[in-house]
Amino acid sequence: MDAETATAVKVAAAEEEALISGSEAVAVATRLADVDVMTAYPIRPYDTLMQYVAKQIANGEQDAEYIVAESEHSQFEIAKHASAVGARAICGSSGVGWCYAFEAIAVTPALRIPLLAMVGNRALDDPGAFGTEHNDALAARDLGWMHVWVDTAQEALDTTLIAYRVAEDRRVFLPCAISTDGAFLTHSQTLVKIPPKTWVDEFLPKYERGDLRFHPDNPITIAPQVNEDWLMEIRRQTDQAMRNARGVIEEAYKDFKRIFGRGDGNPFFEEYHTEDAELVLVGMGTLSMPVKVAIRKLREQGQKVGFVRIRWFRPFDYERLGALLSRFAAVGVMDRDFSMGSPFNSGVVANEIRAAMYGQAKCPPVVSFITGLGGREVTIPGVREMVEHTRKAAETGQSPRDTLWIGVRA
Amino acid sequence: MGRTISVEVIYRGIFQKTLAKNICRGIVLAARKEGKIGIAFGRYGDSPERNGIPAKNFAIVAADEEELQLSMAQYEPAETDITISVDDMLCKGVESWAWYGLQPINEKVRENGVLVVTSTLPGEELIKFCHTKPTPYRLAVVPALPSFSGLWVYKEDHTEVRILGALPKICPELVSLEAMLKAIKEEWKDDLKVTSARRSYEQTSTRSVHAGEGNAEVPYKFDLPGWTTMREGVTIEAMKLGEPIKFGDQIGGYRPARNPYFKKYSTRTMRPVIDFDKCIKCTLCWLQCPDSCFDVTPDQTYDLNAEACCGCGVCEAVCPVDDCVTMVNEAAFTDNKSQWEAYKTDKPAYAKWVQEKISHRPERSHGFRYKGQYEEQAAKLGVATAAGAKAGGDPGASEEMGVGAGGEE
Repeated sequence: MDAETATAVKVAAAEEEALISGSEAVAVATRLADVDVMTAYPIRPYDTLMQYVAKQIANGEQDAEYIVAESEHSQFEIAKHASAVGARAICGSSGVGWCYAFEAIAVTPALRIPLLAMVGNRALDDPGAFGTEHNDALAARDLGWMHVWVDTAQEALDTTLIAYRVAEDRRVFLPCAISTDGAFLTHSQTLVKIPPKTWVDEFLPKYERGDLRFHPDNPITIAPQVNEDWLMEIRRQTDQAMRNARGVIEEAYKDFKRIFGRGDGNPFFEEYHTEDAELVLVGMGTLSMPVKVAIRKLREQGQKVGFVRIRWFRPFDYERLGALLSRFAAVGVMDRDFSMGSPFNSGVVANEIRAAMYGQAKCPPVVSFITGLGGREVTIPGVREMVEHTRKAAETGQSPRDTLWIGVRA
Repeated sequence: MGRTISVEVIYRGIFQKTLAKNICRGIVLAARKEGKIGIAFGRYGDSPERNGIPAKNFAIVAADEEELQLSMAQYEPAETDITISVDDMLCKGVESWAWYGLQPINEKVRENGVLVVTSTLPGEELIKFCHTKPTPYRLAVVPALPSFSGLWVYKEDHTEVRILGALPKICPELVSLEAMLKAIKEEWKDDLKVTSARRSYEQTSTRSVHAGEGNAEVPYKFDLPGWTTMREGVTIEAMKLGEPIKFGDQIGGYRPARNPYFKKYSTRTMRPVIDFDKCIKCTLCWLQCPDSCFDVTPDQTYDLNAEACCGCGVCEAVCPVDDCVTMVNEAAFTDNKSQWEAYKTDKPAYAKWVQEKISHRPERSHGFRYKGQYEEQAAKLGVATAAGAKAGGDPGASEEMGVGAGGEE
């Protein structure tokens, strides 16, 4: 038995299995990580997290301060302050709830607050549309928050533990948003392996704020008047922290694999049947499910199609993604978001991919798609349609100058 | 390895959300005992937090992860092996927040799949409510009143395990009885629940429903516009003003315009029957109805528009006259026709009709109205079950219903 198999055996023996949703998996991770403070304000589909943490506390399984704020703005402010005094904190929201907290969200990274937020991705409140759409989290994409997207409840649990490890690393000290697709993750229960506390303790060190701890023993003032004289230097510091996060993320995933036995070796993106692929699709979140099914079917017919699922969107692994994607004959990018009036009228991810591929020695055509908005299903026929458009671009060698909407009623 | 098996539970919003969730969890946990994996989820757009609104929960069981992926980011399966209706009045059709139009209860049931209904009615009566299908399917009735509780309280009347116990009998391919009982024991840590499930397994049988059997009415549905044809600005037509009612040579009164795209009547488990001879024209039912479902007749009495009525019972509660507005079990009706028109056509016949209908006062309520109501209901059903399934006084009859196992909210 080699060392890797031995680890796997240990994993199978010691982990418990539970039937829980993606939000519940995040809640379990907050218990395992012994989170000190949870701040809450209800909005679907994020509220499934606050409900489950409340349940764990009520059942005596979790020991944490549970603060229900009067709005998302206060919810994020309270969590920020809790983190500043050295408490491990969790908050979160969805859709316009996340937007309502935006002032607090914007000021958190510069203060170097390693706060975690679960974003239950939701459409921006066209009445009654609670389904997944990534524009809520992406609205805060440029501010110094780290952003990671997951596609299973298991990955939600694992990533929450990893995100604390990365965020609370002194080289980083940045907040992190964990995006979980509304409904498909937040409201679907699957079998999840729950690791023992001892493994988590080995993986996740105590949160130490050191000289930044707001405490009478360490007299400091946080966020004094800044004016024009300090701001650019502050931004550059935050920028440096985000750059540092790339390496810290690598370390964390390696260590996670060592202790938990899970992980595919690349923290930033998942590759699915890319080895011999001629065409690839790129996307984030749970649209991976229909895409993988469709790709297996296409491969049965001899079509060499692959898929790349982006996990960490900030920091964005532009070096490796650019190099990888330049290998294929064409790249199709599926956005579950929109960026009205942007280049090529595309979504956010497509233009990030175009930027990452610019300047590569070989630059295949990029086709951008907008699909699955407001929680609309991404279907197998829809995926086939996107593959066909990507194939056409490969054949002509030309990138279309516009974006295709897939699954919209004309 | 076995194929993917899909189960849906159709339930009444907030009153049965936990029940539906527990049934679906039970299925996945039981299948896990046999090495299969699964997913349990709700039809998200349903807004099941609303009162009594029909909603759906699903359990999909597959041999492995790849098989399951197809179901992991979907609204609902294309077809089901088992559809479970935890309120028999949903057999009349399902109109949810998640789609437009009326969906037959059996719409998703595949050829030779099973529709499971909790009901005190015989299967023959239930089939009359269900829309026809072009393919045959099977029907199983689990004798029970609809179990209504809430999001934060749960009625421990064993409905969940009585349904779970029936499933291995109905669909052995899904899971064995042994695995199901093991999962129930682990999830609820209650031997009485295991006993209930086993009894249900022993007592459940299915009957076949032929292609074309049932309610032949075509359920209403609507086509949604595309982005090029839709009005801009998230804007829709407002409701138009209503019109006077014309019947025979009478013209008068007022019928308000109503939303043609969302009729709401499938939310109902009871409806008011109006004795027009007793009406004192006080206007209270018309004023208080939260859904504006009363039409003002040319006689200045108030007629129920049964397509708009949710069955809340406010009209009965505010009516100052005894037996003028009486809530009646929805099972006693097969159409949504005007009561006032029937009254005007043949008054003696209508009087007889009213007397017959109001003998079916509802056995159910949305939640509980008084302490001890649940014990009364359970005792009543326990007697019926003992008489039907096991002649003679069976001391286990009340235990089967779980009396004393948890009590009411």
